[in-house]
Amino acid sequence: MKRLPGLLLAVGVSVGVFFVGGAHAQQNLLNVSYDVARDVYKDYNPLFQKYWQEKTGEKVEVRQSHGGSSKQARAVADGLEADVVTMNQATDVDFLAEKGLVATDYAKRFPDNASPYTSTMVFIVRKGNPKGIKDWNDIAKPGAVQVIIPHPKNTGNGRYSYLAAWGYALKQPGGNDKTAQEFVSNWLKSAPLFGSGGRDATTTFMQRRIGDVLVTFESEAELIAREFGRGDFEVVYPSQSILAEFPVAIVEKVVDKKGTRKVAQAYLEYLWSKEGQENAANNYLRPRDPEVLKKHAAQFPPIKTFTVDEVFGGWSKAAATHFKDGGTFDQIYVQK
Amino acid sequence: MFPATAKPDGVLPGFRLGLGYTLTYLTLLVLIPLAGMILITGQLSWADFWATATGDRALASYRVTFGASFAAAAVNALFGLIVAWVLVRYPFPGKRFVDALVDLPFALPTAVAGITLATLYAENGWVGEQLAKLGIRIAFTPAGIVVALIFVTLPFVVRTLQPVIEDIEPEVEEAAASLGASRWQTFSRVLLPGIFPAWLTGFTLAFSRAIGEFGSVIFIAGNMPLISEITPLLIISKLEQYDVLGATALAVVMLVISFVMLLVINLLQWWAANRHSKSRDGDAAADGLALAGARP
Repeated sequence: MKRLPGLLLAVGVSVGVFFVGGAHAQQNLLNVSYDVARDVYKDYNPLFQKYWQEKTGEKVEVRQSHGGSSKQARAVADGLEADVVTMNQATDVDFLAEKGLVATDYAKRFPDNASPYTSTMVFIVRKGNPKGIKDWNDIAKPGAVQVIIPHPKNTGNGRYSYLAAWGYALKQPGGNDKTAQEFVSNWLKSAPLFGSGGRDATTTFMQRRIGDVLVTFESEAELIAREFGRGDFEVVYPSQSILAEFPVAIVEKVVDKKGTRKVAQAYLEYLWSKEGQENAANNYLRPRDPEVLKKHAAQFPPIKTFTVDEVFGGWSKAAATHFKDGGTFDQIYVQK
Repeated sequence: MFPATAKPDGVLPGFRLGLGYTLTYLTLLVLIPLAGMILITGQLSWADFWATATGDRALASYRVTFGASFAAAAVNALFGLIVAWVLVRYPFPGKRFVDALVDLPFALPTAVAGITLATLYAENGWVGEQLAKLGIRIAFTPAGIVVALIFVTLPFVVRTLQPVIEDIEPEVEEAAASLGASRWQTFSRVLLPGIFPAWLTGFTLAFSRAIGEFGSVIFIAGNMPLISEITPLLIISKLEQYDVLGATALAVVMLVISFVMLLVINLLQWWAANRHSKSRDGDAAADGLALAGARP
């Protein structure tokens, strides 16, 4: 019993030192992000910490939180104290802007629509491409081809695929909303199932060997190669595809409260630095920096892309037209 | 059943404290969240609520969810009875191990179960391959949903029946047999009335668990609109669109349907238990005699 007070004192002192020390010498940031960005930011954080310490002499601790993009956005809206959000769809940042947590003009506060890197939707086909799938219209052949995508209403990955097919149809000669809806309707008839998420769709295609083509992010193709080996599939680049942007933003309310605005701003800005862009390229995300892109040209074949803003007038409009209740997705299934 | 005031305080803390605790606990954990849900739905106009609740995809999803849950609970009621009976009545090597196996579906994260079942029942999986030869497809069809739900709800029927079957002494069967009852009569007129209320409870638990199941189902369901979308998936879908009101509207519909079904099953159970205890207290002997006399 005699030892107990001494022990308590020791614990008390060390806890005290920890807090005092922590508060002065170190700032901490919480980056709330989408699921598959884990590796990107795991590699990025040490780069930034080194940069920040060299520049200011301060140490910064960066914590990460990953999950489904819109679940993460809801968590931030419900009070998760994120200094910055790095999402895979503008919808999720728009939602936070609507809630007053993020500036409404967040897309203009950083270059390139506030998206430091991009990706696009590509096709993964079986070795040798036995069904000869080259472009979006090769998939719209129900009965002849089976396509695997995650649920177009519930997942970012699925929504990009859906909009990519729609945009492709619009851009064909004589394409309009009516022909596009017909095209996408045929396109969806080729889907025997909808995966519950991007990774689930990948498992279904690669491991359960269902379907002839998987539509997914270009960045996923490399992960598939690492997981399942390179000899088993081929990546096909369609004639054109959709540009997937990954917007980042500062959570205004939180940085003001925590006093972390400066470091949060620097954290996001540094994503556009040579090191930040290199890191994105190493994770198979297309860098914005033309020099870095050129350096990794072998990895990123040129492809014509269109953005959601150009073709659909932005994500919130696209969501309202296509994915809300009674939108085109529902119409395609209900009108049968 | 017991008049509250007549109950003497036992060794354990008394009635008032107990009831107070029970009510607080249930209010905090069950009533407040449910009331909140209904309040939020109250922000929707009746027309909007009705449109959401009776949309084509929503109606189809109720059919899938409740149909598959009913099928799974029914299958488990039959096979769970057999498993419980075997586990209680017959000694065999490895019995404890088998007994422990029954609880596994409780312990396993449901997503793990879903992924495993989807892999097994897919057309290149161990089980799916054999079934495909017979032209049967399980994974990514509504049948897959039933399979996942059977797995997840297996323990309910077994675990509710076991103690009740243990209570029925083997002598009861012997007595029935010695009075001339056939095997079927022994089962249907002597054993069944005793286990029926517990059986129904097991069925109800399995059924209600299945209705809310999400994790295991979405991996094997295929999630095709109008065919294999379950209601919880539509709720998630609405949340993904930040349509919280629509999501709670569907949740309220599920809550109401579940509540009505549970109420009906409870009434049925109460009726069965009542009837059974009456015949026991009244003229069990006469019943036995009548049974014997019924045999030619």
